[in-house]
Amino acid sequence: MSAYAEGILVLLAINIVFAYGAFLPVAAGQLNLGVAGFAAIGGYVSAFLTNNTMVPAFVAILIGGVAAGSVALIVAVPVLRTRGIYLALATFALGEIVRATILNLEIVGGAAGYPVAKFIGLPMVAAFALTVVALVSLLFATRFGIAMTAVHDDERVADLMGLNVRAYQIAAFTLGSIIAGIGGGLYAHHYNYIEAQYFNVSLSISIVLYVLFGGTQSVAGPLVGTIVFTLLPEVLRGSAEWRYVIFAAVVIVSMALRPQGLVTAAPWRRLLGLSHSDDSDGRERLA
Amino acid sequence: MSGSSILELDNVSKHFGGLSVVDNLSFSVPPNSCTGLIGPNGAGKTTVFNLITGVHPTDAGHIFLDGKDVSDLPSRQRIRHGIARNFQNIRLMPHLTTIENVMVGQHCRNDGLFGNLQPLNILPGNRWRKEAREALANAGLEHYEHAAVRSLPYGVQKRIELVRALVAQPRLLLLDEPAAGLNSAETGALSDLLKTRCIARGVAMLVVEHDMQFVGELCDRVIVLNFGRKIAEGTPNDVRNDAAVREAYFGSDDSGMETDHAS
Repeated sequence: MSAYAEGILVLLAINIVFAYGAFLPVAAGQLNLGVAGFAAIGGYVSAFLTNNTMVPAFVAILIGGVAAGSVALIVAVPVLRTRGIYLALATFALGEIVRATILNLEIVGGAAGYPVAKFIGLPMVAAFALTVVALVSLLFATRFGIAMTAVHDDERVADLMGLNVRAYQIAAFTLGSIIAGIGGGLYAHHYNYIEAQYFNVSLSISIVLYVLFGGTQSVAGPLVGTIVFTLLPEVLRGSAEWRYVIFAAVVIVSMALRPQGLVTAAPWRRLLGLSHSDDSDGRERLA
Repeated sequence: MSGSSILELDNVSKHFGGLSVVDNLSFSVPPNSCTGLIGPNGAGKTTVFNLITGVHPTDAGHIFLDGKDVSDLPSRQRIRHGIARNFQNIRLMPHLTTIENVMVGQHCRNDGLFGNLQPLNILPGNRWRKEAREALANAGLEHYEHAAVRSLPYGVQKRIELVRALVAQPRLLLLDEPAAGLNSAETGALSDLLKTRCIARGVAMLVVEHDMQFVGELCDRVIVLNFGRKIAEGTPNDVRNDAAVREAYFGSDDSGMETDHAS
């Protein structure tokens, strides 16, 4: 495999992990614009561990995920009291706080960035990405998955049906942050260098875009969205400076034609041979 | 309070701002019975349901479920005390299939991390999935199992909501206008479904409904509300001939309206 292809596949795998980190809260009705902040926590914690201890990289990356999840769990209680645009703003601010904190942490290099000694290649990054996709798919086949969608669709009725709405929202936010933290650890150990500036809000927005573009109604949505977003600029590479213009045009046209995302629930079910109903999903998941 | 009723309201009041919506309301629902709750629009019927299920806290008075005071219990926990309800405006989860919507109703019987992480959608023999499928079949809805609910006809959606409430295995079912918007054939089917699935199984019901023929066929007792106050109580026939009730519906002028439909 050429170094170029390998580079693209690694980027794709890391982006897929990030996308599922953003997908879980969105699936429970929350827009998390602080994904990059949790990715940064995972990246820095795991890098610090492999630089300073004998912990193997994959263990350090998992610990980084848990660290990101722990921070998410602590802040979830106040942050998830807000809703809609205010929740988006609160999570955005959270991501910025993480970034600003790291910029001032000399122990991990501060503004100069943080070199990471240990390297992981495509096989391990891909293994993590596949495991994340498999586990999230499995999660959505459980009662927990149904409950998250129920909470997303109608909090009041979900509550009257006995579902602990807050607990599901916190769980989705926390699990998503663990996954985002794992993504950050993968990034740190593949590129061997991280800096706070990378984990900025435009990273968060890109990740959320993968999810919204792919569709939030099925587990396949973020996967498709990420693949399109990561590979399309590469496919268009031939047209040199125009490629991002064409890319943006394709994205705008797709969003106009399929506002619920590329993958909606009904055709997905039809594909699996489960449904005989129409595709009739006018409402966007974030509405 | 008394242990002989499945539901008891004791001097319950509710104000929204300066508006008294439910005023010193007391009534009880015996086990194995079907009680109708009727009254003109705005009489406070749906608010009574919202007070019983905990959507709104009461301002005064107590609500007992099976003898236990649930007035201060969070809404989420009340379904575990044996009440389930439908909604006047259908409120199914649009992003779930029919069977998944039904499985939301099972949630209160299945708690804890283990129950939550059981895969329902992978193994066809899953106990909960099988039960949900049976419940759909009993209501004649097996054909819609994997359909997206928003694409289904109104009457079908209403029945799915009813099945969702029934799989919670309540001892008291609160039905808010179950027959509204249904044609007479659908109303008949609904009535039969309630008779076989609820009355025959000892599930008590409290039914808000404008269709007096439906109420008369199903309910053994009727409570009439007007402006949040109970103005009459008795058998459907008693209530139909009650002067205060006729006045609430038709005004004081006894112009001899003979319709059974009070809406």
